[in-house]
Amino acid sequence: MSSYSTNQFKGGLKILLDGEPYNIVEHEMVKPGKGQAFSRVKVRNLKTGRVVEKTFKSGDSVDAADVMEVDLQYLYFDGEFWTFMEPKTFEQYTADANAMAEAKKWIREQDICTVMLYNGSPLTVEAPNFVELEVTETDPGVRGDTSGGGGKPATLETGTVVRVPLFIDVGDKLKIDTRSGEYVSRA
Amino acid sequence: MVSSWQPVATLDVLRRRAHFNALIRARFAAQQVLEVETPILGRSSCLDPQVPSFELGTESGPRWLQTSPENHMKRLLAAGSGPIYRLGPVFRSGETGRWHSPEFTLLEWYRPGFTDRELMADVAELVAELGGPAVVSSARYGDLIRQQTGLDMHRCSLESLQDWCARNGLTGASQLDRDVLLDFIMGVHVGPALGASGLEFVVRFPASQAALARLDPANPTVACRFELYWQGVELANGFYELSDVAEQSRRFAAESAQRVQAGLPAIPVDQDLLDALAHGLPEVSGVALGLDRLYALLLNCPGIAPVQSFVWDNA
Repeated sequence: MSSYSTNQFKGGLKILLDGEPYNIVEHEMVKPGKGQAFSRVKVRNLKTGRVVEKTFKSGDSVDAADVMEVDLQYLYFDGEFWTFMEPKTFEQYTADANAMAEAKKWIREQDICTVMLYNGSPLTVEAPNFVELEVTETDPGVRGDTSGGGGKPATLETGTVVRVPLFIDVGDKLKIDTRSGEYVSRA
Repeated sequence: MVSSWQPVATLDVLRRRAHFNALIRARFAAQQVLEVETPILGRSSCLDPQVPSFELGTESGPRWLQTSPENHMKRLLAAGSGPIYRLGPVFRSGETGRWHSPEFTLLEWYRPGFTDRELMADVAELVAELGGPAVVSSARYGDLIRQQTGLDMHRCSLESLQDWCARNGLTGASQLDRDVLLDFIMGVHVGPALGASGLEFVVRFPASQAALARLDPANPTVACRFELYWQGVELANGFYELSDVAEQSRRFAAESAQRVQAGLPAIPVDQDLLDALAHGLPEVSGVALGLDRLYALLLNCPGIAPVQSFVWDNA
């Protein structure tokens, strides 16, 4: 297993702490004029998203987490797992509900997602920043009302409910920002 | 992003900096403290494994960029210089960060006849003259550790310290010795909160962290050493200087042994300093004040880069 010395620490580095993968969010050196230097880091647990502070004695080394980001195509959902494919090698990966917690709200078959692999398995799946999804259910559209005020709920083809302007109708295709979960425009 | 050729500090900051330097020189001149220049490259250097020096090969053998002018200034004091100060660059390898640079400007001065307490008052006056806070307080090292951890640093077991540090974010705490653990508590938990409402001195360091300070004759478990904090930033480190040549020689030997153990390159013991102490160092207190940090705080900068003409990365 490869490892990093504290003097290689920088934002974005993936390390293993107590058997869990973490991403270094922030890194600062703490060094008294005379005395031991430390590396103080803020790290995000890649499984839980929780951010914690840790301090290492300078010069200590930490195991690297085998984490990499790849772009995979979403193939299908079998009722329990979501299957993805590497478009060039056709290698397939299955993601569980934890990894899909956010992405499942937005993605459709064929979509390309950024997947973080930990020891070769999907840890988190990120939907594309913008997706285009059809409205399957909403109150009838109010023609001409483009004020955007108020709005109403609309169910998308993935089952997710978003707030949309009053003029939107069933069958409309909408552009959604998946990071905020908000309606952007008609596609 | 500023282009690499351009200075990092603004010209206005550089003018303020020059003005601060001029005020410091005027203050010392008025008090008959002599400005001295000392070598930047020395035949020896600081042996403390925590204060790493840059080594240079020269045609006369290895030389080290000085981490502080301390040893040379003590040789001047032993030669009868009287009160002296030096304002200039020092070097510490591997120290980079918001408040660190491998090259920085240090103001170091020595006042024969002053105790560490008297020198602290002198430091506070100097900072106030530059526009720093008038509010000054001090806290004992041991009290700060107790307030933070509930532990008595002199009596508590090593395990209880390790346990507290492990529970408070230090990885590998069970492998570490008492001084490293104390450094962690001070550096990470206590220090950032010090000096929030003015200058705050930390006094009565544990004897194991005496560095070049004498131990308190009335209580040899603590050293006559102080540090100054302002807004959570360590600004200065001062000592009632050790003048006992035998004790200095023992500390050098201990540091040399630590270097060997840590696999660090050897640095010859500064025999010239030992000879100077044997000749006789006056009763003297000395302090080193990081000017980049002080100026950054005086000018409300979030780190030292904005007060440096050029920083390590575009030097």
